[in-house]
Amino acid sequence: MDLQIALLLAQDGIVNGAIYALLALALVLVFAVTRVIFIPQGEFVAYGALTLASLQAGSTPGTLWLLLMLGLAVAVLDASAAWRLGGRKLAGLVGRQLVYPVAVAGAVLGLSPQDWPMGLQAVLALAVVVPLGPQLYRLAYQPIAEAPVLILLIVSVALHLALVGLGLLFFGAEGSRTSAFSELSLEIGGLTITGQSLWVVGASALLIVALYVFFERSLYGKALRATAINRAGARLMGISTTLAGKLSFLLAAAIGALSGILIAPITTVYYDTGFLVGLKGFVGAIVGGLVSYPVAAAGALLVGLLESFSSFWASAFKEVIVFTLIIPVLVWRSLTTRHVEEEE
Amino acid sequence: MNIQMKSLLALAVVATFTGRALADINVGVVVSATGPAASLGIPEKNTFALMPTSIGGEKINYIILDDASDTTTAVKNTRKLLTEDKVDVIVGSTITPNSLAMIDIVAEAETPMVSMAASARIVDPANPKVKWVFKTPQNDIQMSTAIVEHMTGANVKTVAFIGFADAYGEGWFNEFSKIAEARKLQIVANERYNRADTSVTGQVLKVMAAKPDAVLIAGSGTPAALPQKVLKEKGYKGAFYQTHGVANKDFLRVCGKDCEGTFLPAGPVLVAAQLPDSNPIKKVALDYVGKYEAAHGKGSTSTFGAHAWDAGLLLQNAVPVALKKAKPGTKEFKLALRDALEGLKNVTISHAIVNMSPQDHLGFDQRARVMVTVENGEWKLIK
Repeated sequence: MDLQIALLLAQDGIVNGAIYALLALALVLVFAVTRVIFIPQGEFVAYGALTLASLQAGSTPGTLWLLLMLGLAVAVLDASAAWRLGGRKLAGLVGRQLVYPVAVAGAVLGLSPQDWPMGLQAVLALAVVVPLGPQLYRLAYQPIAEAPVLILLIVSVALHLALVGLGLLFFGAEGSRTSAFSELSLEIGGLTITGQSLWVVGASALLIVALYVFFERSLYGKALRATAINRAGARLMGISTTLAGKLSFLLAAAIGALSGILIAPITTVYYDTGFLVGLKGFVGAIVGGLVSYPVAAAGALLVGLLESFSSFWASAFKEVIVFTLIIPVLVWRSLTTRHVEEEE
Repeated sequence: MNIQMKSLLALAVVATFTGRALADINVGVVVSATGPAASLGIPEKNTFALMPTSIGGEKINYIILDDASDTTTAVKNTRKLLTEDKVDVIVGSTITPNSLAMIDIVAEAETPMVSMAASARIVDPANPKVKWVFKTPQNDIQMSTAIVEHMTGANVKTVAFIGFADAYGEGWFNEFSKIAEARKLQIVANERYNRADTSVTGQVLKVMAAKPDAVLIAGSGTPAALPQKVLKEKGYKGAFYQTHGVANKDFLRVCGKDCEGTFLPAGPVLVAAQLPDSNPIKKVALDYVGKYEAAHGKGSTSTFGAHAWDAGLLLQNAVPVALKKAKPGTKEFKLALRDALEGLKNVTISHAIVNMSPQDHLGFDQRARVMVTVENGEWKLIK
C-alpha cells in the first residue's frame, strides 16, 4: 500500500463518510426532538434517488401515489379531529393536505419532467419525497407521541419494513443510476477528483452549516432545541411538540432524500440500499450518544474511512469491521457517562 | 373435548376434503419474490402465470408462496404446502440456501421437488434424500469451466476475482479456483463486496495493484455492474468476465457502455433468436420468450424466469406418465411422478436437452451453455 492508494482510499472514505454524517445528524435530530429512533431514515435515501431516476427515465415514480394516499389519510384524520373541535378550520386543514400532493402530481404527470434540467428534476424529486416525512409522523408517531422509547422503536421497525416493501413494489428489484451533476474531473498530484465527489462533500458541508445556523439563529430551530431539552418545559412556553415533531421529520426526510440524490450518480441504488446506508449513519450517531451533533458527524466520517480502508485490507469482513466499531464505543460510553433511568 | 370443539374439528375435517377437488393436480411453488433475491424471483413468479392450466386432461392448480429470500420462511411455506394444500409436487425455491433447507422436508413427506437454484449440492447424488429432488439451472461448475476455457483460449494468464460476500460469491470462487488451478490460470486477487454496497473503491484498487490480465466478477443482477464501472473509471484496461447471474436487461441498462465487450456464460435461452435453426433448443426457448414478452413487454425475459418455465416443462413431460400409474393427491402418484421425472430422456427445455438418471437429477450436457458477449448494449452469441 503506497501513499497514492492511501489517498484514494481516504478520498473514497470521506465522500461516503459525508453521506453517513448527514444521516447521523438527521437521526440525532429526530431522536433528540421526538425520542424516535428513526430506522426508516435510510428509506428516504433510496426513495430520493429512485424517484429522481424514474423522473429521468420518463416514468411515473410510485412515491407519487404514496404521497397522494398519505395526503388523503392525513386529511381524513385531521378533518375528524377538527370536526370534534367545532369544525372551524376544517376546510383550510383538509385543503392544505390535499392541494399540495395534487399540485406535485400535476407537475410530474403534466409537465414531462424528463426534459427538464437536472437541477429542476432534483427539486421535483425532493418535492415528491420530502413531505412523506411529516405525513408519516402525523400517521404513525403523533398519536403515540408520549409512548415509551421502546414502543416508538417498534413502530419504526414496522414502518421500515412497510417502506422497503413499498419500495420493491414501486421501483422493482433492480437498481438504477442517475446522470451525474457534473462530468468534471480534476488531476491533483496523481489523484483524480471527480466533480460528483466534490458535490457530495460540498453539499454535506453546506447542509451541516445550514443546520447549525437554523438551530442557533432561527425561532423554529430554537423551538426544536427547546423541545429536545425539555418537552414539558417547551410546552409550557407555548411550543407545540406536534409541530416540533413534524418539523424534525421534515428535516430528516429532506436530508435523507438529498443524500440519495447526491449518491445516485456514483453508485447503483436499490429499493433496499437505504437500510445499510442508514445503519452506518446510525453507528456514527451512536458514537455521539444520539445527542451530540459534532461527535455524530465525526463518528460518521470515521465509519466512512474505516469502511474504505477495510474494503482494501479485508473486503470479505468489511461490514463486520464497521459494525464491530459500535462495541468499544458502547463500552467506553457506558463507562464514562452517568447512567440516567428513563422515567416511564 | 366439549361439543363445540368436536363440531369445529368435524368442520375442519370436512373442509380439508372438500377444499380442493381430489382429481386436480396441486403444484406448490416457493419463490423469492421479495428480499435480496427478488430480481430472480419476480420473473419466476411471473412465469407461472403463463403455464398451462391442465396437463394430460387434469386441471393443474399452482399455489405460489413468497419466501422473502429467507430460509426459515421457505421451510415454513414448504410445510404449509405439504400439510394444508396437500400438493403433489413442489417447485422451488429460487436460491440455494432455501432449496437445501427444503430437501429434508420434501424427502420426509415423500414428495418430488424441482429446484430453481444453481448449486450442484442440491442434487448431490451422495445424499439419499436427493432421490426426491430435481433442478433446472446449470451447475456453477459447468459455467466456470466455460469461463476458464474462454480465458485460456484468449491467452489470459492471470485473473482477479471479485464476488458477492455471500453463498453465491463463495460458491463461484470455490468452483472457479479449482478449475483455474488445473488449467494453470493464476488467481492474483480475491475480493468480496456486498450486494448493497455503495462503494467498491478499496477492492478495485487492490485488484488493479495485482495487474491481472482479466477480472471475473461473480455477482447477480445489477449489483454486478458496480465493480466493472469503478474498474473502468479507474482506468483498468484488461478483459472482463461476468457470471450467468447477470443475464437480464436491467444489467445492460445500469452498466451501459462500461460493459461493452464483457464475456459471460449463459443458458441458450438468453440469445435464443441467434441460435442456429438446427439447435432444437431454439424453438422451445423462442416459445417461452414470445409468451413472456407478450405479457411483460419487449426485452423483459431473463434466464431466471426460464428456469421456472423449464420446471414447468419437466412436469408437463412427467405428469402424463405418472397419471397412468396413480391418481393425483395420493402417495402413489407422488412416487410415480418422481419416477417419471427421473426417467425423462431427451426432453428439450429452454436451457438444455435433459437426460435424467438416478445419479444425475439435472441431466444437462454441453448444449446447456453458450458464451455470450455484450455488443452495442445487446447480448451477442459467440459462435
